[in-house]
Amino acid sequence: MTSILKTENVHLYYGEKEALHGFDIEFEQNEITALIGPSGCGKSTFLRCLNRMNDLRNNTTVTGSFKIGDRDIYAPTTDMTELRKEIGMVFQQPNPFPFSVYDNVAYGLRIAGVKDKKVLDEVVEKSLKQAAVWDEVKDDLNKNALSFSGGQQQRICIARVLAVKPKIILMDEPTSALDPISSAKIEDTLLELKKDFTIIIVTHNMQQASRIADKTAFMLNGDLIEYNKTSKMFLNPDKQQTSDYLNGEFG
Amino acid sequence: MNPKVVNKIATGVIYGLVILVVAILAALIGYILVTGVPHISWHFLTSPAQSFLAGGGIRDQLFNSIYLLVLTLIISFPIALGAGIYLAEYAPKNWFTEIIKTTIEVLSSLPSVVVGLFCYLLFVVQMRMGFSILSGAIALTFFNLPLLTRNIETSLESVSSLQREAGLSLGLSQWKTITGIILPAAVPGIITGIILSAGRVFGEAAALIYTAGQSAPFVDYTNWNIFSDTSFLNPLRPAETLAVHIWKVNSEGITPDANAISSGSSAVLIIVILLFNIFAHWIGNRLYKKMTSSK
Ligand SMILES: Nc1ncnc2c1ncn2[C@@H]1O[C@H](COP(=O)(O)OP(=O)(O)O)[C@@H](O)[C@H]1O
Ligand SMILES: [Mg+2]
Repeated sequence: MTSILKTENVHLYYGEKEALHGFDIEFEQNEITALIGPSGCGKSTFLRCLNRMNDLRNNTTVTGSFKIGDRDIYAPTTDMTELRKEIGMVFQQPNPFPFSVYDNVAYGLRIAGVKDKKVLDEVVEKSLKQAAVWDEVKDDLNKNALSFSGGQQQRICIARVLAVKPKIILMDEPTSALDPISSAKIEDTLLELKKDFTIIIVTHNMQQASRIADKTAFMLNGDLIEYNKTSKMFLNPDKQQTSDYLNGEFG
Repeated sequence: MNPKVVNKIATGVIYGLVILVVAILAALIGYILVTGVPHISWHFLTSPAQSFLAGGGIRDQLFNSIYLLVLTLIISFPIALGAGIYLAEYAPKNWFTEIIKTTIEVLSSLPSVVVGLFCYLLFVVQMRMGFSILSGAIALTFFNLPLLTRNIETSLESVSSLQREAGLSLGLSQWKTITGIILPAAVPGIITGIILSAGRVFGEAAALIYTAGQSAPFVDYTNWNIFSDTSFLNPLRPAETLAVHIWKVNSEGITPDANAISSGSSAVLIIVILLFNIFAHWIGNRLYKKMTSSK
């Protein structure tokens, strides 16, 4: 197992309020790691630190160490464009651009300067196949992405991220706005994707975590309570709080 | 009272008010068209105005109105776009930004006569631009800027923040996210704003009397040199617009057919505004399609 992303002593403040109280965690390559915990415990907040999406919010202060390989994510020299290509993100609500399916998936590449139609065609097809939505959209690549169903839109968004070949994909409750069938499709997709990518997924659905995650991190009120192999965590957690949460005692 | 009855009464009142508004509008437009359209002829649209004789047309005034609109948009749109983008995407949310926004609103509610006189003193007299289309366009920019800026700002703000996050999370810069994603998504709203402001430009008379002037000197429609005095494109020539013409014919016209001319001009003005609406929507749709899909 090789570690790909490692954080140490992460504190995050929204103004005066501390939302993360010292967070140490290490993610393994080609694994799916799930972040679980009750609403408001800081899952999204932590996830958004990893690709520096919190930088956008005023009044947010982040301290601690974030390393991808041996590079510091928060170094002043970090090229944000490069960083976000390396660490892609899929959101809770499907958010395709108001463009055609093709243009959505090709967008990142075009921005990076790829003009060759052949290369674009190939990447678009491959990404949509990896995201398991190719069969449903292949005849409508020029149709507006917003005209598809929520589940299809979400997989188009996943394809859009895959197209720029990230190393890590962050997902913030990617299935919570979808019906069970679409969710199941996305879960299957993720299991397939972990061969080539590292996935960190926030979910409030514990069954989902148990089905797809190799490791699971349980968070409570801005603290990392337990981080373990998923099978161990669900069968025999180390901490009482984890066990209480998994048994539905709070949250 | 029983909620159902209340609901029925409220709905009835609302319907009544809507019908009233529509009826007033229909009556106005109907009256203008009915009294004006019979006076519209090819001759009316293509011959110059007459000061003393009957049978004058509105060729120059019609062209001036359209040209003035184009010039006004050329001046005001880029400024409004920049200001709108700044206010919607970059401006910090603090008291200073609030003051800027309030100032913009105040600007839009200045009486047009005041703006007209101000522009007359500053541009026409002080800066020696004379009564000219350019002076008129600058005066109209004063009205147009607040409307357009406000409109662009709200159109951009109404694009979901999910789109911004999507762009940034793909590694686009903030600028590229705005120009590549947010702006295309906002095009329909922005077009609506342009249409509204265009209506104002077509209809404005008070501010133009002091700036664009009340005369329509002879111009040559085959002379494309914008620096030539006789060119129809020369922005420094005086230019009476349709709205000003209507006002003038009504208040001091001494042609025998003054009534017919003002009715006809009013009808033409309304028709031009309608056509502009349709045209702008059509352009807007094309632009939106073009910006948001590959083919
Ligand atoms: N932009 C923000 N400003 C201030 N507080 C915030 C902001 N975003 C989240 N919070 C607070 O931080 C805590 C963690 O939120 P979040 O990360 O969204 O939790 P989760 O994703 O686990 O539901 C919550 O108490 C929330 O109210
Ligand atoms: Mg969340």
